[in-house]
Amino acid sequence: MEIVMCFVIGFLFMAAVYLMLSKSLLRVIIGTGLLSHGAHLLILTMGGLGGSAPPVVSPGVTDYADPLPQALILTAIVISFGVTAFFLVLAYRSYQELETDNMNLMRGTEDHD
Amino acid sequence: MINLLLFPILLPFFFAMILMLFPKKLFLQRAVSIVALLTTIVSSGILLLKVKTDGIQAITLGSWPAPFGISMVSDMLSVLLVLSSTIIALFVVWYSFSSIGKERESFFYYPGILFMLTGVNGAFTTGDIFNMFVFFEVLLMSSYLLIVLGGEKVQLRESIKYILVNVISSALFVITVAYLYSVVGTLNMADISLKIAEINQPGIITVIAILFLLVFGLKGAIFPLFFWLPSSYAAPPIPVLALFGALLTKVGVYAIMRTYTLFFTHDQGYTHDLLMILSILTIVAGCIGALAYFDVKKIIIYNIIIAVGVILFGASRMTETALMGSVFYLIHDIIIKGALFLLIGIIIAITGTSNLRKMGGLIKTYPMLGWTYLIAAFGLAGIPPLSGFIGKLLIVQGGFEAGNVWGSIFILASSLVVLLSVMRIFIYAFWGEPGEIKELDSKQFRNLFTPTLILVGISVLYGVGSEWIVPYMSDAADVMYNPSKYIQAVLGGA
Repeated sequence: MEIVMCFVIGFLFMAAVYLMLSKSLLRVIIGTGLLSHGAHLLILTMGGLGGSAPPVVSPGVTDYADPLPQALILTAIVISFGVTAFFLVLAYRSYQELETDNMNLMRGTEDHD
Repeated sequence: MINLLLFPILLPFFFAMILMLFPKKLFLQRAVSIVALLTTIVSSGILLLKVKTDGIQAITLGSWPAPFGISMVSDMLSVLLVLSSTIIALFVVWYSFSSIGKERESFFYYPGILFMLTGVNGAFTTGDIFNMFVFFEVLLMSSYLLIVLGGEKVQLRESIKYILVNVISSALFVITVAYLYSVVGTLNMADISLKIAEINQPGIITVIAILFLLVFGLKGAIFPLFFWLPSSYAAPPIPVLALFGALLTKVGVYAIMRTYTLFFTHDQGYTHDLLMILSILTIVAGCIGALAYFDVKKIIIYNIIIAVGVILFGASRMTETALMGSVFYLIHDIIIKGALFLLIGIIIAITGTSNLRKMGGLIKTYPMLGWTYLIAAFGLAGIPPLSGFIGKLLIVQGGFEAGNVWGSIFILASSLVVLLSVMRIFIYAFWGEPGEIKELDSKQFRNLFTPTLILVGISVLYGVGSEWIVPYMSDAADVMYNPSKYIQAVLGGA
């Protein structure tokens, strides 16, 4: 199971890097979304998959699931949700103001000094 | 009063929430944010004395015993940084009254600053590595607000890059924490240190150490990762720039110092030597940038990068002298960078340009400003009685003690370049033929100049009075040098 997860995570990272290297701002934002998905799955995998019982102490159970990665992922999801929302609004606002969503046209400073 | 160490985090947070209720009432916004910062300074001052007399303060949230609950830990290093960050925030807010403009003030500018202070103080205080990530995000979210507030074209363009870089580094942070958790199975920083010592730092931990260096290096702008910093920091208005330049990179530097003195101390031949080489390259890159530009903002911004290199060189040497020098220089740099950015803000307000070639002759019309700038510039370069000197002296001495003659020589040479770069501003802006001067009415000039002058005064006091500050600094270095004290304070009571 871990091997499958590794491939999924690797694929997500690959897609994220590909998208973030493109010129269109919207693709870049989707790339950051995929990157955070990959990171969240990585936390889950790194915490160790398996553990059949819920993490509540009960008699006769030894194989608990690790509750910590889930708490971490929940926190990280909320944060990346907020950042992505902000980023999308910023992208729209700067598209209005700069009249382009092409990252190539956004480089450099105004006076090139 | 063990909860005392939460006050510098909770007070700005609480007041920022209150401020969001009435964004349009300017007088109340200003008054409440000053009250918020003053109470935060008082509480962190009391905390400083408490840490000085009673040693490291620790608390676990919800009273879960130490390795399971989230710990907040205030040792001397973190409380010193909390205090100086809050002081800088106070002066920046004071300066903002007459420089940031009503539009920004009535659009959640002050809540933004207070939320950022919440994140900064939290990141300095936390004793849990994932909690540190959360506080990083708190300060980053507010910094996104501050960098884009105003919506000028250049701000929008640069904040996209700033946010993108920080989103990537945050994702890397999560990934690194996940790897660390899979190896040691804990998130409490004291416990991580113990567990790594138990397994004697195998190769995978060294890999994680380098990943942490990448993550915090992106925030703290070390050598190959500083590329985003100069243009992003030049975009927002001066008070925001001063706040970013004084605080944000220092959080990254603090995180590197904390992880590299607490966790990854068993393979110093690899990790710490790499850190040393990178810090020297950071200094070189910063020096090139500081001499290359004719834009006053850019010159001081590249001086941030030089300072990051100097501090990390001290941290990488791991002798008690070098660590003490690093702490000294870290606090000095927070104060003096804040003061310098505010000073060049006044220069830009008077001349109406940030291009050095178009300035000149300011010493005739604004002599006080000129001499204050000169003192601040000497302080930055480390001319003896001023504040930069003692930190650099200790770092260089620590470098010699550890047998790194060349590293220390680089630090000494960099001081000359720093002096040259800031004196260039003095010569171009204050000497020579008077250039164009936008008449700044004397009331506004006074309002801008008073907080700046007091801040420069604080930095002079910090240098001249270093005799009284040394005990605090040596306490801070002592905890970094002997991580067992930190571990004892967090886990011992449980």
